[in-house]
Amino acid sequence: MKYVDEFRDRDQARALAAAISREALPERHYRLMEFCGGHTHAIFRYGVQDLMPDNVEFVHGPGCPVCVLPIACIDEAMQLAQVHGVILCTYADMMRVPAGNRRSLMQAKAEGADIRMIYSTQDALQIARDNPEQHVVFFAIGFETTTPPTAVAIKQAQIQGLKNFSVFCNHVLTPAALGAILKAEQPVVIDGFLGPSHVSTVIGSQAYEPFAQQYAKPIVIAGFEPLDVMQSSLMAIRQINQGRCEVENEYSRAVTRKGNIKAQGLVREVFELRDSFEWRGLGEIKNSALKLRNEFSDFDAEQRFSLTAQPVADIKACDCPAILRGQKKPVDCKLFGTTCTPENPMGSCMVSSEGACAAYWRYGRRRGPAQ
Amino acid sequence: MTTLNIKTGKVDMGHGSGGRAMSQLIKQLFIKHLNNPLLAQGNDQASFATAAGRMVMSTDGHVISPLFFPGGDIGSLAVHGTVNDVAMAGAKPLYLAAGFILEEGFPLIDLECIVISMAKAADVAGVSVVTGDTKVVERGKGDGVYITTTGVGVVPEGVTISGDRAQPGDVVLLSGSIGDHGVAVLSKRENLDFETTIESDSAALDGLVAAMVAAVPQLHCLRDPTRGGLATSLNELAEQSGVGMQLDESAILVKAQVAAACELLGLDPLYIANEGKLIAICAESDAETLLSVMRAHSLGQDAAIIGRVVADEHQMVQMQTRFGGQRVVDWLAGEQLPRIC
Repeated sequence: MKYVDEFRDRDQARALAAAISREALPERHYRLMEFCGGHTHAIFRYGVQDLMPDNVEFVHGPGCPVCVLPIACIDEAMQLAQVHGVILCTYADMMRVPAGNRRSLMQAKAEGADIRMIYSTQDALQIARDNPEQHVVFFAIGFETTTPPTAVAIKQAQIQGLKNFSVFCNHVLTPAALGAILKAEQPVVIDGFLGPSHVSTVIGSQAYEPFAQQYAKPIVIAGFEPLDVMQSSLMAIRQINQGRCEVENEYSRAVTRKGNIKAQGLVREVFELRDSFEWRGLGEIKNSALKLRNEFSDFDAEQRFSLTAQPVADIKACDCPAILRGQKKPVDCKLFGTTCTPENPMGSCMVSSEGACAAYWRYGRRRGPAQ
Repeated sequence: MTTLNIKTGKVDMGHGSGGRAMSQLIKQLFIKHLNNPLLAQGNDQASFATAAGRMVMSTDGHVISPLFFPGGDIGSLAVHGTVNDVAMAGAKPLYLAAGFILEEGFPLIDLECIVISMAKAADVAGVSVVTGDTKVVERGKGDGVYITTTGVGVVPEGVTISGDRAQPGDVVLLSGSIGDHGVAVLSKRENLDFETTIESDSAALDGLVAAMVAAVPQLHCLRDPTRGGLATSLNELAEQSGVGMQLDESAILVKAQVAAACELLGLDPLYIANEGKLIAICAESDAETLLSVMRAHSLGQDAAIIGRVVADEHQMVQMQTRFGGQRVVDWLAGEQLPRIC
């Protein structure tokens, strides 16, 4: 398949692996944090780690929008469907995440709540148009990649005079999460970052420049294909070896320095910063999420409905928070593969399609040697 | 008896009541198209002589949405599904029983299309639908039509195919491309509706199996990778036999359109349903013979050796990726869900 096969080519992978082996100094260990769950899954699905030298380690980052959402947010979404009787539209990724009392949206649906899995915000608008007697709430989650489509839906709803549509906004900001990792009281040892792929198409590579400079860390914007991950690792290792701390862009076929100006404008028009937002694993982070501007309050589910879910603590033994900070690997968690499996998840990282635990479980557990 | 208005008529509660309306539906629609001497006996059961040797029996409920999809419909699927389950024992399928659950208001013209399609599929597979049942549920309590089919077949002497017979050293073969059925059906789902010319691979595999069993009667395992796809079926076989498997991704054929749809929707073709493919596991010494027999059959032209059975107490299915790495191929967990970014 064009534009895909080129980035999964075995011969190129071997050549890159050889280049990385030449470049990585045998006397040192390289810890590279791949920011996004998309990177983590590419690494495991294609077996990238098998091709890397032993002294290059991937540390999995917090870039999974489903994983970083606190339990209370899912409880509130459930409340919208079960208490307020709305049709709740959600990306399918959220459906199986265990929330308060380990109940998921999937279970709420089975119990009779009207919860619909959608592929696009346009589907949510259509459901609102098709059900004028019922209120439809779109459960908006995600980093900067999914925010512009939410903004478009809100603008369209306004123009079309849709009175029965609103958005439960939980959009979060990538640079804030990166900052939280770097500013942590006990920061994880990371030598360099493989920066977000799709997010960067929207916000541009310049969004990371302050972090690279202030915290002296190389950041290489990396695509989600396995060769992207390997090429970006090579670029990061070169920077580390040369003592450079720059933002480099490996994913230049899609990312520019300034990003998608039009999308940024649209997001600014519809949303504004929240004072603070709680992230699973990273805690409260100032100015790290978005809410609807006052002009769009008619479409703000938080203003239309009273949402009263109490903060819920994670299951004590679940290491999702430490895994999201890069402090632990899924296999370090006592629950991994014993109590916690995709069929019986204790935390979001095991069920989200971008979760690190899901990647380990699905592709990597008891992995034998390459044949 | 009046004539059933198939053109504009709809299923009503009377068609399931056991009265004259039901009799009319059975005669003018079901028996008309599915006709054979055993069905024509008109009894509540079909009576036939049994063959000597081992018989197999299997049942399968069909609840597909949409009812009509590129390359098939619920009628042909209901025949293929059960014929294939019977054939996976190496058996020759003989007879089917069909139970219909119809929703009040379902157009008779659509029902006739489905029954005609069943009749054609049964004819191709060389089986007869010899008995059946019809029930009608109130509007809103069904999804148009559900069909359950039960099949019986006879196993040739000397054939003992079973999912628990895979042994370390055995070879794993696959009869063709994967994911065609699932993608064809997904493409017609109401909220997806993407354009593709991919058609379902829905087909009766009994002819292919007969050729395989004739050439290699000592074949160990057969399985059709339907729901859960190739990955799930291989894990089932690994668990049943208490072995592991090592696959080679580059030997597994995925059509470009299926691959593209999966990229777009964030799905893995290894987990997408097939309705006309089979996995075969045999001793290494039989593999080349089996492969050539499969390739000589129209439903096995793209057959390939995709891996090997290995000793593994954890019963893991693993795969050498096309990229050059190694990964686990796990059971399907839940539904395959689209990714969001």
